[in-house]
Amino acid sequence: MSLRESLKSGKFVVTAEVGPAKGVDVTEFLENAELLKGRVDAVNVTDQQSAVMRLGSLAGCCLLKQKGVEPIFQMTCRDRNRIALQSDLLSAHVLGIGNVLCLTGDYVTLGDHPDAKPVFDLDSVSLLQAARELEQGRDLADKELQGAPEFFLGACVTPGADPVEPQLIKMEKKVKAGAEFFQTQAIYEPEKFEAFMREAKKFGAPVLVGIVLLRSAAMARFMNRNVAGIHVPDELIEEMDEAENKAQKSIEIAARLIKDMKDVCQGAHVMAIGLESRVPAVLDAAGL
Amino acid sequence: MIISELKPYPEILGYLEGESRIFIVGCKGCAEVCHTGDEPQVLETKQKLEEEGKTVTGYCVIDFLCDKALVKIRLLPHEAEIDKADSLLVMTCGIGVQATAAVVNRITHPACNTISVGGARGEWRGSERCRECGDCVLDLTGGICPLTACTKGLINGPCGGAKDGKCEVEPEVRECGWHLIYERLKKLGRLDKMKAMPPPKAYGKMQPPKELRSTIMWALEREETKV
Repeated sequence: MSLRESLKSGKFVVTAEVGPAKGVDVTEFLENAELLKGRVDAVNVTDQQSAVMRLGSLAGCCLLKQKGVEPIFQMTCRDRNRIALQSDLLSAHVLGIGNVLCLTGDYVTLGDHPDAKPVFDLDSVSLLQAARELEQGRDLADKELQGAPEFFLGACVTPGADPVEPQLIKMEKKVKAGAEFFQTQAIYEPEKFEAFMREAKKFGAPVLVGIVLLRSAAMARFMNRNVAGIHVPDELIEEMDEAENKAQKSIEIAARLIKDMKDVCQGAHVMAIGLESRVPAVLDAAGL
Repeated sequence: MIISELKPYPEILGYLEGESRIFIVGCKGCAEVCHTGDEPQVLETKQKLEEEGKTVTGYCVIDFLCDKALVKIRLLPHEAEIDKADSLLVMTCGIGVQATAAVVNRITHPACNTISVGGARGEWRGSERCRECGDCVLDLTGGICPLTACTKGLINGPCGGAKDGKCEVEPEVRECGWHLIYERLKKLGRLDKMKAMPPPKAYGKMQPPKELRSTIMWALEREETKV
């Protein structure tokens, strides 16, 4: 079933992500895909996540498709201009990839090639606009296409941002520009997420709440200090600190968060970041 | 010396849609040389706006607008006229528009596109920066340039990287440009401008036209081609 069909069916949709390797050894990538196959409705392949050069999302998505896993192609605007981005969108369609998550992208200095020239010719909103244009059979230069692609477009949003109003303003713009589904940045506070969804549901697009598995209390503290829009509350950090079996605790917390937030959204997006083997257990514990 | 050109009147009038009372600010610095902000141009624009049914509550032509303190002082005698206005139309380069926006409590519309620095960055040192993009978008951002204030130069911001109003890059020193834009528009009661959906930026306009390409070394350049 395609992601579009899964969301339309009204079931609680679950997506996950896999990050390709820095190199051409796709063994681990394929192993992770195998772990997720059959348990989640679609899998994102990240695009040079955190501006670290890796095997590309397009190639990763093709490999997932070969394995029978529904892929979500992630595109950022950091590395490619509008010519390359439109071209990659056409390439994705031709390779049978229709789900596209349109992102702005982390800045180059956050990654391992800080001297690279940042592009940002387009941003998440204009990338969505460009994809929609291509679907109408035209490119951004108003030239007619020989064959128009079809996409199921998505975008992201950060419910934990402070202030959150700019995120909501931009979320509405993304919907107007063509976004049909959202995957959120990780949120660990159900009340905050509920408040966010009270506003966000007006825009009419399904939202998959972001869940990042906690590896340790130290990881939670690190994210609180360094990752924008993520806040792990003290109670959860204490739980991780006091837990004897960290792996079990991280699964328990993730499952609890999903259960606490599933009533106000249409799905969950689980970002395991290396802990993909735990995702099936999280879903079991969450009753999914 | 910053070279600016007047935006086409339909574009300027587009910015003023829904507004009826405008205060015009002109510039006797670089904009005077370019005839984009001098008194004759201000008066011509005033007449044009009045022909379109707008009321010009007043105008002021200042020596140069790239110094916020000077702008603020020179606008003080016009406080009542500015209070009565819906917005200000600022006829100068992107630096002057931003400097004016920083010292008034109204939306500031840019009347010009900034084409080229071609030399010094304005008459005076200030904190505003202009990328001479040739397609000024200050109308949409409450007078804060998204290309220079936002590290990524986003036209549709913010991104998800800002934390506590700081950019994800060098957060100790960089503000999130779009957070500044959000706060400015919120203060002015014009968050509707943040909801606009502009087309992708025409970066081609960043290249100045041929006639403006010569630098301060133009005399030598002309000699060189002869050899």
